[in-house]
Amino acid sequence: MMVAMNPQTWDKDVASIEPGGYLFYDSTKPMPSSKFREDITVIGVPLTAITNSTYTDPRQRQLFKNIIYLGALCALLDLDPKVVEQLIGEQYKGKEKLLSSNVHALHLGRDWALQNLKCPLGLRVKKSDKVGDRIFIEGNSAAALGAVYGGATVCAWYPITPSSSVAEAFTSHCKKYRHDPETGKAKYAIVQGEDELASIGIVIGASWNGARAFTATSGPGISLMTEFIGLSYFAEIPAVIMNIQRAGPSTGMPTRTQQCDVIACAYASHGDTKHVLLFPEDPAEAFEFAAAAFDLAERLQTTIFLMLDLDIGMNHRLCRPLKWDDAKQYDRGKVMTAEMLEEGRDFGRYLDVDGDGIPYRTYPGTHPTKGSYFTRGTSRDRYARYSEEGAVYADNMQRLVRKFETAQDMVPRPLQANAAKPTKYGVLYFGSTSPAMDEAIGILEARGHQLDRMRIRAFPFHSSVASFIADHDFVYVVEQNRDAQLRQLIVNENGIDPVRLVPILHYDGTPITARFIANAIGDHQDHLKVTPLRKAVT
Amino acid sequence: MTYIAKPKFHHPGLKKNELGYTHRDYEGKISTLCAGCGHDSITASIIEACYELSIEPHRVAKISGIGCSSKTPDYFLGNSHGFNSVHGRMPSVLTGANLANRDLIYLGVSGDGDSASIGFGQFAHSIRRAVNMTYIVENNGVYGLTKGQFSATADRGSKSKKGVTNTDNAIDLVAIALQLGATFVARSFSGDKTQLVPLIAAAIRHKGASFIDVISPCIAFNNHAGSTKSFDYVREHNDAVNRLDVLVGREPISVDYAPGTVQVVEQHDGSRLALRKLDADYDPHDRLGAMTFLQKHAAKGQIVTGLLYVDPDAEDLHTHLDTVETPLNTMDEQALCPGSAVLDKINASLR
Repeated sequence: MMVAMNPQTWDKDVASIEPGGYLFYDSTKPMPSSKFREDITVIGVPLTAITNSTYTDPRQRQLFKNIIYLGALCALLDLDPKVVEQLIGEQYKGKEKLLSSNVHALHLGRDWALQNLKCPLGLRVKKSDKVGDRIFIEGNSAAALGAVYGGATVCAWYPITPSSSVAEAFTSHCKKYRHDPETGKAKYAIVQGEDELASIGIVIGASWNGARAFTATSGPGISLMTEFIGLSYFAEIPAVIMNIQRAGPSTGMPTRTQQCDVIACAYASHGDTKHVLLFPEDPAEAFEFAAAAFDLAERLQTTIFLMLDLDIGMNHRLCRPLKWDDAKQYDRGKVMTAEMLEEGRDFGRYLDVDGDGIPYRTYPGTHPTKGSYFTRGTSRDRYARYSEEGAVYADNMQRLVRKFETAQDMVPRPLQANAAKPTKYGVLYFGSTSPAMDEAIGILEARGHQLDRMRIRAFPFHSSVASFIADHDFVYVVEQNRDAQLRQLIVNENGIDPVRLVPILHYDGTPITARFIANAIGDHQDHLKVTPLRKAVT
Repeated sequence: MTYIAKPKFHHPGLKKNELGYTHRDYEGKISTLCAGCGHDSITASIIEACYELSIEPHRVAKISGIGCSSKTPDYFLGNSHGFNSVHGRMPSVLTGANLANRDLIYLGVSGDGDSASIGFGQFAHSIRRAVNMTYIVENNGVYGLTKGQFSATADRGSKSKKGVTNTDNAIDLVAIALQLGATFVARSFSGDKTQLVPLIAAAIRHKGASFIDVISPCIAFNNHAGSTKSFDYVREHNDAVNRLDVLVGREPISVDYAPGTVQVVEQHDGSRLALRKLDADYDPHDRLGAMTFLQKHAAKGQIVTGLLYVDPDAEDLHTHLDTVETPLNTMDEQALCPGSAVLDKINASLR
């Protein structure tokens, strides 16, 4: 059913209705018959006429029109008005004056439909409870809560759509859960920076000094932060950046979703760099990964990107409840304490003592005579002494590669789900594509296409990604950007023949749909089933 | 000279401060700047001020940006952590560090390119946020590392070594700092250690945003005739409004005693600033008056130095954010994580 309330998109809206579907519209002004279709049922309600005869205030006329059509829909779809009344009650909690007028408008529409239309339609809303223990939350709020649970104490940010609500949610969560019960003082510091440069600078300064710090931003902010991200990589300072992706490049489509910063974040900064990316699929994972990002940042002493997008970040989603294990302790990484220095442990800030590429660090102010060092973005030796000697530089760069290899086994592993029957085809996807993919797999199965699937949850890629590709003739890579950025990253990092990875790309700024994926993959599969040429038998 | 290590040998008779540390405990690596650089004199003054204040040498965080001046934190307080960060971004890094641990002393070292050009915004915002720090600009009016280009503090009409005349107006960081609400504002000259050492000491003891602009001639690119930041020019045009003694504990921090009336300012931390007035008209508690005084004298070609403004009841960012006394970087999951019971309640509220 299409509820067509927007004259500007009328033609497009009407065209998008499935054959046999319903069109609901405001019939106050007559429309030429050419504006309708014959294969759909048209339901006209004179909404403007009803509102104009009921309300005199132009603002009320506009606002209540929406509630009146909702009332009409209740009658048409056999929806219990009590449920809608309850929802209106939740919406206007604390503003009871608005409550009764909205409920009145709801019944106005419902009564009109019951009297003038054949209600209910064949299309009906059935009441059922499939929610179970699931919760309804936006990814940004869940990620902010993850930062509270993960022990973030410093947040510096600059407003940018669609990420602003991360910092705002962090502020409100902290107000509730992070004040000292005795003194009432804050166990956190939030600064709205003058720009993204200052925001990441504050994060780097705080992390250098041993606090868990993060910023939240979107594409243009990432571009601005890039110099600092390089410093974080090279000087090995932890940082957590939540990137709520929107359609780029430049200002792009600030209120539309995409997964278009994969390459920009994976290789952010001049010089040779690689960064850890986490790809949560929904708010529940955004919570988990946000908390985990602080452990990873301190363990690996580098920037960790939490890659959300507008679709997960700003839209409410139904997901499994958030979980926390009270036995969990924060992993503060390799930090040399005053006691360790006193014992005479050798401290080289960039010395790989364990072979995992991760050196020890000290917090400023640790010991009167031991463990201090000079942090810099210039090249230096294992003991943090300035050096532009080639071998010293290369030694350090190699260790950073080793550290990135170590990261591979620390980040969330990909999740694989195999088709019911053995198949030569697979599909890779990540992030907010998840629910559409789950649904698409069902549609494709019904069309006779079997696909194994793997959801990538982090970069660097776990070795199972390469073996998954090796196990299949073709692997589709489904993503929400124009340039197949995840595919590029896989080809580049794993030395895969690009021909084996078929890009399935959705990038118009709307969330990817099951129908899109099923059609794109289904069409490709159909083409593969070309009857082989046979030689004429004589 | 980076390969030359300073000898560890200490003269047994070296004077010790209250904590038993000698000057050597506050020194750093050997400077790699040009011989005669004004910045090295500032380094010496910082060492002297920290020694006099009996600061524990490791309880300072030295943060800088990029440039000649920003290299200097390697040359003092060798037992402190230093951070040579990103060009023009020292203020944000320092702000973050300060938020993480309010118990350390934060010394921000920057230059005129670092603070008046690429980092002008960060300079301004760290001051208006009242970060508790001592922000020192080693101001030579020129880009030294890239060999002699004008900076934004170069006076209009001044000449470069190559003979080019600067046609852009100069930014006066002191005037800007006053306008932005810095609660301790001073200007000094790298060649005047007598004036500079107590100013640095007082700024360190000040609980708020302290800003010191130190004119520091560049011996290689800005010490010629026609420059307004040369040793000769600054000596001739220096107009000191006061001389300062910082009284902490037993001994006053001052090298030279000049006659004149003495005004004592008590700071919040108990330290006292004894100001010997050299200019009878000058009142260091009058922000507006300071701005006017500065502009009038600048118009006459005079460089006003001394403690130009101080608010002894200053507040800082931690006060404004109402953060706990315990440094944030020492808190663990016990203090920070609300736990699973709270999460269950949050889940229930989202159904």
